[in-house]
Amino acid sequence: MPPVILAVAEVADGAPTKLSTEVAALARALAEAAGGEAVGLVVDTAPEATAGALATYLARVVAVTSPAVAGEVWAPHAAAEVRRLVDEGVTHVLVAATADGRDLAGTLSGLLGWGVLANASGATWAGDSPEVEASVLGAKAITKSVLTSATGIVTVRLNAIEATPAARPGTVEARAAADAPATPAAAVLDRVAESGAEASLEEARIVVVGGRGVGSPEGFGIVEELAAELGGVVGATRASVDAGWIPYARQIGQTGKVVKPALYLGLGVSGAMQHRVGMQSADAIVAVNRDPDAPIGEVADLFVVGDLFAIGPALLAELRARRGS
Amino acid sequence: MRILVLTKPVPDPAAGAERLGPDFRLDRAASPSVVNGNDEYALEAALQLVEAHGGEVAILSMAPANGTDTMRKALAMGAQRGVLVTDAALEGADMAATIRVLAAAAAAEEFDLLLAGLDTSDGQGGAVAAGVAARLGLPLLSTAAAIEPDPASGRVRVHRLSAKGYDVIEAPMPAVISCTQALGAPRYPSLKGIMAARSREIVQRSVADVGDADVPAGGAWSTRVTAADAPPARAAGRVVRGAPDEAAREVVDFLAARRLI
Repeated sequence: MPPVILAVAEVADGAPTKLSTEVAALARALAEAAGGEAVGLVVDTAPEATAGALATYLARVVAVTSPAVAGEVWAPHAAAEVRRLVDEGVTHVLVAATADGRDLAGTLSGLLGWGVLANASGATWAGDSPEVEASVLGAKAITKSVLTSATGIVTVRLNAIEATPAARPGTVEARAAADAPATPAAAVLDRVAESGAEASLEEARIVVVGGRGVGSPEGFGIVEELAAELGGVVGATRASVDAGWIPYARQIGQTGKVVKPALYLGLGVSGAMQHRVGMQSADAIVAVNRDPDAPIGEVADLFVVGDLFAIGPALLAELRARRGS
Repeated sequence: MRILVLTKPVPDPAAGAERLGPDFRLDRAASPSVVNGNDEYALEAALQLVEAHGGEVAILSMAPANGTDTMRKALAMGAQRGVLVTDAALEGADMAATIRVLAAAAAAEEFDLLLAGLDTSDGQGGAVAAGVAARLGLPLLSTAAAIEPDPASGRVRVHRLSAKGYDVIEAPMPAVISCTQALGAPRYPSLKGIMAARSREIVQRSVADVGDADVPAGGAWSTRVTAADAPPARAAGRVVRGAPDEAAREVVDFLAARRLI
């Protein structure tokens, strides 16, 4: 039986997230290689626009209007829709490796007993299963893994594939939501926006990070200025988060976020192993640190030994001068 | 209030010696074991809740028999007792089987809250808590930055981290919560705690004891690793020393050469 591969999209501001478009493109690539079919799924209070955008990548998108997700967490409702599609023949479910995506992946594995291939940084079709590449053990190893049955779940990281549109746009099929969530859904009482948390660290092309060396909340000033000048996003280490200088949402590393930007610029970052696992696959790494023996030097392409409060402003001035000329 | 915390012994990320063996399974001899970092945040949150509301914190692990060594550290932080599911039949278990085994073991315990770390530092799958909740038919409150149970109403409120900040979510207890570092730093075990932990009970259960976990025979897990490689080595970097202006020029040259500006 050829596989039917479902790409579950997440919605942000009425459009699929960048990662969701990549999940859709990956589902299509796998289905094409397997001689199967790829289907998209959007579960939202108003799924139409997102489903339309997703149909750029997929021949068929199911748009489920779910009023309940306005006031309840998303995953149990999304799981109910996935389960309906599984009853209709879906064999594989691809989700984003985000909080919602992982909640959905775990929920589905618990309900269906399906295997999970986590954190795909790439995937190909290998005979009768997706073969998924993933970084494990704090980036100490890159594994390839397959499913041992004809069904399963894959969580997908950013940049696993380039989201190229399909030759022809697909069709959108509107549906009403299932009667009930697949599991008891927690109520959402409030959605609180915090300043400084808007820009996505994971999606940023350039990340400028302040470590313990910035010394104070004010010390992040130069980090923020450089990020603004470079069109980047501010990140942090556990040390600077623990010190209370910047919110946890900015933290990169073992218990924070994993980033893979085109440029990582670290100021006053020592490069503890717990931080490096979150950033060492950046395309280019530039670090500024007073300590010539700081472990960040082991992964930096360019390691400037010096005081960040001297180098930082000089760098800002040079960037502005170069732009101006 | 009774709280059950899932704690996984993982290779110590700080030691940096983690590796896979020739069978693509974790080489447990290569690295010292510690309690998974995010599980420590869960445990700390559980201990604080019990300090505020009264009750008991128990820990549940699935690990080889020497997992008790790592569990002692969690007991030394203040957990009162432990359950270790250990069985040769679980060697190399994948996420789906882990979910089934932990859910079956948890079902035998009485709890108001089941806490787990958001993910583990070795596998980083981050989906086990959700799977256990689904198996048990309980609500999942994930990615918690704050946990506020109300024993009077029997409900629990959680701040769930979102892309823009956090959502305030609520569900009836018993419930499952996945925990982040934003809950606050874990305590260090006191000498008294370490002494007390020696006499605290860790009950060992086999697959047969937990039952109903559908563990496949002969390690026929639902996923299989086919290859493992070291990540590509980074080319040696360049070290820049000198006056700030010169260093800044070098950095900008580097960025320009890579079309990053």
